[in-house]
This record gives sequence, structure tokens and C-alpha cells, in this order.
Amino acid sequence: MKELINWVADPIRSFPIFSILFFIVMKYYRIVGTKKFAWIFTAIAIPAFFWFMSDPNFFLIITFPDNIPISILIVSILFFTWFTLHKCAINDQRIEDGLGPVEALPENREKVWCWPNLVYTELFTIIAGTVFLIVWAIIFKAPLEEPANPTWAPNPAKAPWYFLGLQEMLVYFDPWMAGVVLPGLVVVGLIAIPYIDTNPKGNGYFTFKERPIAIWGFMFGWLVLWIYLIIVGTFLRGPNWTFYGPFEYWDFHKVVAEYNVNLSEFLWVKWLNTSMPANLIMREMLGIIITALYVFVLPPLIAASDFGKKIIEKSGQIRYYIFITLLLIMMSLPIKMVLRWLFSLKYIVALPEWELNL
Amino acid sequence: MAEKGLADKVRETQIWKSIFRHGPPDNARNRAAVVAGNVFLHLHPIKLKKSGVKLGYTWCMGGLTFFIFLALTVTGVLLMFYYRPTAEYAFNDIIALREHVPLGIMREIHRWGAHAMVITVWLHMFRVFMTGSYKPPREFNWGVGVILLVLTLLLSFTGYLLPWDQLAIWAIAVGSNMAKATPFLGHGGPGAMLAQIGDFVMVSDKNDVRFQLLAGRFVGEPALLRFYILHCVFIPLVVGVLIAVHFWRVRKDGGISAPL
Repeated sequence: MKELINWVADPIRSFPIFSILFFIVMKYYRIVGTKKFAWIFTAIAIPAFFWFMSDPNFFLIITFPDNIPISILIVSILFFTWFTLHKCAINDQRIEDGLGPVEALPENREKVWCWPNLVYTELFTIIAGTVFLIVWAIIFKAPLEEPANPTWAPNPAKAPWYFLGLQEMLVYFDPWMAGVVLPGLVVVGLIAIPYIDTNPKGNGYFTFKERPIAIWGFMFGWLVLWIYLIIVGTFLRGPNWTFYGPFEYWDFHKVVAEYNVNLSEFLWVKWLNTSMPANLIMREMLGIIITALYVFVLPPLIAASDFGKKIIEKSGQIRYYIFITLLLIMMSLPIKMVLRWLFSLKYIVALPEWELNL
Repeated sequence: MAEKGLADKVRETQIWKSIFRHGPPDNARNRAAVVAGNVFLHLHPIKLKKSGVKLGYTWCMGGLTFFIFLALTVTGVLLMFYYRPTAEYAFNDIIALREHVPLGIMREIHRWGAHAMVITVWLHMFRVFMTGSYKPPREFNWGVGVILLVLTLLLSFTGYLLPWDQLAIWAIAVGSNMAKATPFLGHGGPGAMLAQIGDFVMVSDKNDVRFQLLAGRFVGEPALLRFYILHCVFIPLVVGVLIAVHFWRVRKDGGISAPL
């Protein structure tokens, strides 16, 4: 059983499985969003957690001081994802029945005094927060390792946990993409959301049905690309950033054969059976064409589809092209992951001479 | 005539009246006065929609984030009394904080609070997205919020270096190595070699963005001082200003979102 879980946890398998699970949860959110589902899930998850904890290797990684916040993060995300789907399911059912969202009920529109209604809620939150922080601080010592030693790097050397998704991306992209361009675009893309999403519905209440594209897109980026990668980077990456299953001992001598091949090598050496051209642009021509097709030709093609037409009709050309470009760049990460696993593809465009690898 | 309780007597003293200029908030007039007359409470509207008070709607994550920010400011100031940002003293001061300071959980609260703030600020964004609260008229405030989220991560990241242990310098080394690869601005990034005139390299490891961040080519003492200033002074000031903008705009954009 433990071997099976170790085997499944490898991103090659766990990423597709997690993506499919995500798809099922989102598709059947009205079943997932019931209280019954939450209780059944909890009833299975708690014993499973204790069984996991009984394993010494898993216990070691989960109780590593800096990993405690991630456990809290995972639990709160499980809860709040369920909770938001629960709220959406209730509201969507009500909207279908012509009743309107719960938040729009007359008793919820009614104005109440800030004192005591809001002030007391805040007071209780502050007290609860203070107690929580103090208890946490008393139980768990803040992590502290040996004094800094610039001549000896620990293995693995990990960034703070909230950046581990980015560090995990380094497996598939070079630092200029994983560390600079993609996070930069995440920030730009987030700020751009309200200007791209012109759907007036779902403003001020929970709903899934009335804004499916926005919620599918956001949740995929947030849960699958951000949180999942943080979990992989934290719990499943050991020395040399090699994959280790949750029950696997971090053996520093574990050797993983990796022979990743660039697209240009596929083209010239494998398919055309010639030597690599000396001219850089010529050598990488196929990758450059594919990248250009992906970024410049795919958006107009999608624009001609029903999906694209619908968006353009609602929000116009400019918004559509910004949206689709950001979406395609976001999707380049899972695409690159799948290409790596299926074909051991290293770079689509490999120009180490210019530090420009894609 | 009923006997007056102690509380009533206190309320009638000149001292009490000089501090609180209104009676107990048990009627409409005083409830308005207590919120409007207090500099901290006047962040709130006097009345608000019921849906905006419900925890099931707001999750209180934004409020918690602000609370943790304040808690971190207080504990951070206390820590500054004991901590010297030099390679010689930093680590020993952290040890001393643990070993010699009475009730030495300030660093624990500060450390765990920093992690908690990252989590609450993410969940706050999650909630705001799921309720569509970024939609007009709140587009601008969503953008301010995204910047605040990034600054929260940067605050946590700069603070990560200060204990000056192995965890700290290598985490920052991994993170700051990314800056090296910035297109055009980092010496290991694409485009940097275009900025070369003859033998003169304009973007090198002595002047690129990573150098600016670390004040050196590796994570050393100058980086410690730089991160200390960023962490204790610069970023908190920016965050403070943006929090003011954020809260102000929540009010000006019509309070907590609700169905139109």
C-alpha cells in the first residue's frame, strides 16, 4: 500500500490524477458542496492522516518546523474550497428556482448597526487570533538551524514554502521564466482580472453557474498550479530536488536517470539524421515556429471558435486577446510538464548561448 | 429612586467623560457616536448590510490579516530591541532571545504569525474572488490588494534571512538567484549580453538586479543589513500606506460587497 502511494505521488502520475480530481470536484460541485460529503470526507481523512503519521519518514517531513504552516494551509484550503462550493451550490440552486442568492434576501439587505454587530465579531476574531498565535508559539519553537555557513550548502536548499511552487517550476522552466517572467505575469494577470472579466453577474454573492469561465480559470491556477506545486515542492522533493514519495526515506544516493532532449535535437539528429546546423536560429527553427504559433496564431484560431466568439461578443477584442494570451501562458506550464513526461523533452527552444531557453 | 451601580458612577466621572464623549451604546444616537467618534472604529461605517457582517460571507480573512500585521508590528518592534543585524551578532542574538529573554515567545509569535499572515491573505483573496467582489466599482481596490499580497510575501521573504542560520541564507540564496535570471537586468538572464559595448559589459554580476538586492554577489553581511532595513522599515511603511488606501477604498466603493 505504501509503495503504491509512493508510486502514485510522483508528479508524473499525481499531477494528472490531481487535475482529474479537480475536474470532477468542480464539475460535480453540487454533490461535493453538501454537508454529507464533507462529513464522509472528514471521516475518511482523519484515520487516513493518522495512518500516514504512523510512518516514520512521513512523520519526519510533516513535523519539520517550517512545514507546519503548510499543513495548516492544506487543511484551511480543503475547508474553504468545500465551503465556497457549498455556498455556490446553495445559491445556484436558489437562482435556478428563481429565488435569487441568499445574500440578496431582504433580511440580509437590511442595515444593522456596526456597534455591536460588527465590532463584537471583530473582537472575538482578535481574541481567537491572539489565542491561536500564542498557543502555536508555545507548542512549536520557531525553527533555527546551525549558524549561517556560506561555504556549505544544505541539500536540498529550499526557498520559503510559499515560493516552493516557483522552485518546483524550475524543473520545467529556466529561472528567467519560472522565477521572473511567470510570477510577474501572475501578478499582472491578477491585477488585470477585473478589467478582463466584464461579466456583471456574481458581484457580491457566491455563485459558480453564473461565472463559470472566471471560476474554472482561477481555481485551476490557484489549486492545481499554485497549491499543488507547493505541496510537491515541500513534501515530495528531497536531495538534489529528486522526487521522494511521502513514505520514502531521503536517501542521498538515490540516482534518477534523466536524459532530457531538446526539440532541436529531436528534429536534426533523430528525425532528419543530420548534424545540428551551426546557425542558431536555423537550429532552433522548429521550436521558434511552434512558440510563435502558440502565442500568435492560436489566439485568433480560438477567437473563431464558439468559445472565443462568445467571449469577444461579451467583452470585445482587446479584452479577449489579453485574456487568451494570459491563459495560454498559464497553460504553458502543464503543457511543458506533460511534454517532459511523455517525450523527455527538455527545451522547445534551446538557446543557452543567449540564456534563452524555453 | 434606584441605587446607582459602580459602572454608572464611573461613567459620571470627569475622567471618563473626557475620554468617551457619549453615553453607553444602547440607543441609536450613541451607537452612531461611538463608531464615528473613535479614530480606530471610524474605519467602519455606522450601519452596514447584514450580509457584510456574516462570517459565512466575509470569512473575516482580511480583518485577520490586518490583525496579524499589527501583531507582527508589535512583536517585531520588541524583537528589534534585542537584535543586531550583523553577521557577528545576528545568530547569537536569536539564540539569546530563545535562551535568556523572559517569556521568550516573541520570536515564535513573530515567525508563526508571518506564516499565518501569508495564509490569511491568500484566503482573503480567494474569498474576494469567489464572491466576485473585484467587479465594478471595486476593480482598483482589487489591484491594491494584489500589491499588498505581493508585499506580504516580500515582508516574509526579507524576514526569513534575519535569523542568519543555514535555513535563512540558503533560502534567500535560492530566491535571489532567480533575480540573476531577470531578462535584460540580470547577468544570467536572456538579453543581458545585448548590453555589451566592445569589451565593456553593462550588465554583470557586479551591478545587476541581484547585486542591487543583496548589495553583493552572494548572501553576505551587506545583504543582511539591506534585508533588515527592507523588512523593518521600508516595506512596512509602504504596506501601511497601501493598507490605508485599501481600507479607505473599501468604504468609498460602497463597503463590503453585496448583491447589487
